[in-house]
Amino acid sequence: MSMKIAQFILILMVSPFLFGVINRTKAFFAGRKGAPLFQLYYDIVKLLRKGAVYSFSTTWVFIAGPMVSLSAIIVASLIIPFAGHPSIISFDGDIILFFYLLGLARFFTCLAALDTGSSFEGMGASREVQFAVFAEPALFVSLAALARLTGKSSLAGIFGSPQIHSWVSYGPLLCLAIAALFILFLAENSRIPVDDPNTHLELTMIHEVMVLDHGGVDFAYILYGAAIKFWILGALLTGIIFKVSPYGWGVDTIIFILLMVLLAVIVGVVESTLARLRLLKVPHFLIVALSLSFVAFIISLR
Amino acid sequence: MNIYVNFLIISVFLINLIMLSSSRIRACIKLMALQGVLVALTPFIIPHSVATGVVIISVINIILKGMVFPWLLLRALQDANIRKEVEPVGGYPFSLLIGVAFLVMSFWLDSRLAYSIQVFSNLAVPVAFATFFTGVFIIVSRTKALTQVIGYLILENGIYFFGSILLSEQPLLVELAVLLDVFVAVFVMGIAIFHINREFDHIETNKLSELKDWIEPQEDI
Amino acid sequence: MIAILLITVPFFSGIISFYTRNDILRRGLLIACACFHLGLSCVSWFWHPQGFLSEWFTFDSISKVFLAITSMLFWGASLYGTQYLADESRHNKEGASDKKFFSREAVFSGCLLIFLATMTMVIASRQLALLWVGVEATTLASAPLIYFHRTRRSLEAMWKYLLICSVGIAIALLGILFLAVADNNQSGMLLSGLLTNAASVNVMWLKAAFLLLFVGYGTKMGLAPLHTWLPDAHSEAPSVVSALLSGALLNCAFLGIIRIYQICIAAGLREFCQEIFVFFGLLSVLFAAVFILRQRDYKRMLAYSSVEHMGIMALGLGLGGWGAFGSFVNMFGHSLTKAGLFLVAGNILSCFKTKKTSDVRGLLSQTTWRTGVLWVVGFLLITGMPPSAIFLGKFMILKEMIFQGRYWMVVLFLGALALIFIGMARIFISMTQGHPVEVDKKRIFREDNSFFRWAIPTLFFILAICLGVYFPEWLMTFMEVIMKRLGA
Repeated sequence: MSMKIAQFILILMVSPFLFGVINRTKAFFAGRKGAPLFQLYYDIVKLLRKGAVYSFSTTWVFIAGPMVSLSAIIVASLIIPFAGHPSIISFDGDIILFFYLLGLARFFTCLAALDTGSSFEGMGASREVQFAVFAEPALFVSLAALARLTGKSSLAGIFGSPQIHSWVSYGPLLCLAIAALFILFLAENSRIPVDDPNTHLELTMIHEVMVLDHGGVDFAYILYGAAIKFWILGALLTGIIFKVSPYGWGVDTIIFILLMVLLAVIVGVVESTLARLRLLKVPHFLIVALSLSFVAFIISLR
Repeated sequence: MNIYVNFLIISVFLINLIMLSSSRIRACIKLMALQGVLVALTPFIIPHSVATGVVIISVINIILKGMVFPWLLLRALQDANIRKEVEPVGGYPFSLLIGVAFLVMSFWLDSRLAYSIQVFSNLAVPVAFATFFTGVFIIVSRTKALTQVIGYLILENGIYFFGSILLSEQPLLVELAVLLDVFVAVFVMGIAIFHINREFDHIETNKLSELKDWIEPQEDI
Repeated sequence: MIAILLITVPFFSGIISFYTRNDILRRGLLIACACFHLGLSCVSWFWHPQGFLSEWFTFDSISKVFLAITSMLFWGASLYGTQYLADESRHNKEGASDKKFFSREAVFSGCLLIFLATMTMVIASRQLALLWVGVEATTLASAPLIYFHRTRRSLEAMWKYLLICSVGIAIALLGILFLAVADNNQSGMLLSGLLTNAASVNVMWLKAAFLLLFVGYGTKMGLAPLHTWLPDAHSEAPSVVSALLSGALLNCAFLGIIRIYQICIAAGLREFCQEIFVFFGLLSVLFAAVFILRQRDYKRMLAYSSVEHMGIMALGLGLGGWGAFGSFVNMFGHSLTKAGLFLVAGNILSCFKTKKTSDVRGLLSQTTWRTGVLWVVGFLLITGMPPSAIFLGKFMILKEMIFQGRYWMVVLFLGALALIFIGMARIFISMTQGHPVEVDKKRIFREDNSFFRWAIPTLFFILAICLGVYFPEWLMTFMEVIMKRLGA
């Protein structure tokens, strides 16, 4: 139990580091030195000390939005298995709880954006929800494929089963699941090619525009929530690749964290080499993920 | 060798999906060639001994489908001077989902068939059927004549895949005759496309609608 | 041995024909090959030596009948064709821009001979995969023939023909593979082996194989609703080609279906197959009836009449008993009469230069009386007037329907035939009455009275009438053998 609590604290501590890795990778590709690796920590601490301004046209939803989404994401991180070991919350069917917690976070973010009464945030919310229409079923079907493959319905059960690691027998299915999950990972975390996190052009924003009006502590919550969401979705991907080593818990943890850093580097490479897709093409991209996850699911039925 | 078999089969199917969602005809031609080569390589990956006749047929298949057909079609593409396909009915994402629906249908069909011989992978026959349906769908949903020829070749790939999974020995001459037939078919179709392009200045078949039942036929021969 | 000769000689003559520059020499080669084919076919009825590749290519009683029709039709068409080509080259001199490696006429003659070779291959095949190769090859050989006149419409017709038939035949290939799986690949797709193994065949795979082969070869045969290419292709092709397509090629596709039907009978699936034949046969006749009524193009009307007769043939085969016999008699009559009609239509076309029925008038007048008489006689024969073999065929099919008590089918069938008669009568008779309408003073509608232009259709019509009136004894015993094979 104490191991699980230690894992949970590790997640909370290490997740903002990954964003620093991504930014460093992008800077490397651009020929710059880039921001410090711990920049997000400094940003969050700075923001926690600031005050916030709330408009007269907003209600309690605007204040509650970042809080609820951060709480939902932190609770979701209690379900994700770490380094192949189950986490604090783990029961049969916790996939659905995980899924809906992510949905709750997204829902409250969109609500807070709509609550401002500005059409600009509304546009961001509508775009976000439009992509969610394709991304969420795809995520669900991919996880369902993995669940069907392993016969378990809890995340810990799935990532701990031997079938996940037998590439010889289930190679194609796992490759398809990884491909679909990677596309969804980029989509859910608002990365290129779905959304550019560094854009300052208003018409091209999707996620940033929803959180444009938040400041101070709320914005700190949002940034921290994004970092933890990156971790938990990345843990789904690395969980398929990671195998529990016989060297004990400490080595497992270090290998897992290194895999997450590697994933962050890959995301940085993708962000540096690809351009963002036209907004009309993003649903097509997500339907590709949907098809791949459907094919993985159909194969897992056999 | 089971892992390679399943990877090959799934790649054949994924190529179908890519071709359904792609509007670039050059890419479709090359992908169709790749699919033909993968299908021709199937006898070497099945875990049983391979007769010399099968080797010869596979090599000829690879040459035909991997080199000759793409060369013929790329030349026709160059003559017709087009790059992209017109958007099909329902759009490309819809075609992609239809491709996945074909896979579901093929799995259902496969469950209704009883096999008396041992099939090396339970994914193989459904993917063959799905390739067959994809070929038919491409012929039906696309308007450019060249894409319809590509659809015909995908159809042939699916049928050949089915044949190579379930039937191991065929007389050499018969296989050669079938391949020759397909070759001449593609050749004649290529020449037809050349003539269509020269006559009409486009190769969109949905505009070839002069022959109808209740209109006036033409005056002079 | 004879079968191999009958396939290879036309094939190589076709290849030689491509490279022959001299028109006269090429036409001579065409006629010589046709005569050779006819002669050897007659010989093959009595004498069949075993030889090289006899296992794969040989004639049994069913294929001898088909061979006789094809050979006869090709011989007549080639004689007519040389006259036709001579007229064409006289009227349309190929300009300098048309200079290609192969002249249009060389392509025509070459493809025609290769077409004959491939049709013979279909007829002679005992190996079902090679039969498939032959059917696909006939599609490929006849496609350039449709495009002979190099017009936009014939190009469109050729593309539709090529694509629809190739897809259909690809479906038939899947059917052949299913058949091989059903049989466990024991007999190497040889018909004799399949028939003897039929009891041990996997019935479900065989049913699926039958359906796929029916759809595939049915597309080539012109059964509704797969007939959509037929009116376009048969109306845009030159008349010689239309005659061969309607008279010989559709029969070859029918032969493909008959082969698989034989296997199904041996495996005990006869009722299953017969229901399908009856349904699609009736559907074809009804489709043809609806589409013939307001036709404005006389060649297209003839094409729909081919659809109707293919439907009747499938229907007869599906009924069994006297119906199957009637189906074969109908086939003889239809091939001869339709070929003759298309050749007469070719005469009309070269005389009036239009395919519109409304522009053709007064065929029975002084200047075109031969064509007019032939046109009327052909009309009477094709719709089933008593001296015609088609009447005999339809009558036997009706008899079988009444025997089996399918009265509603009798009503439908007769109703459709009546509609077809009305539609065709309207067109045929309006074309023969009145005086020829001259569009401009320069065009005088004088018919082409070169010998073969009217003699060949006359010959075909006389043969059709003879078969309707008198069925020779030896032919009767022959047909009994065939009927026994088809389990009727």
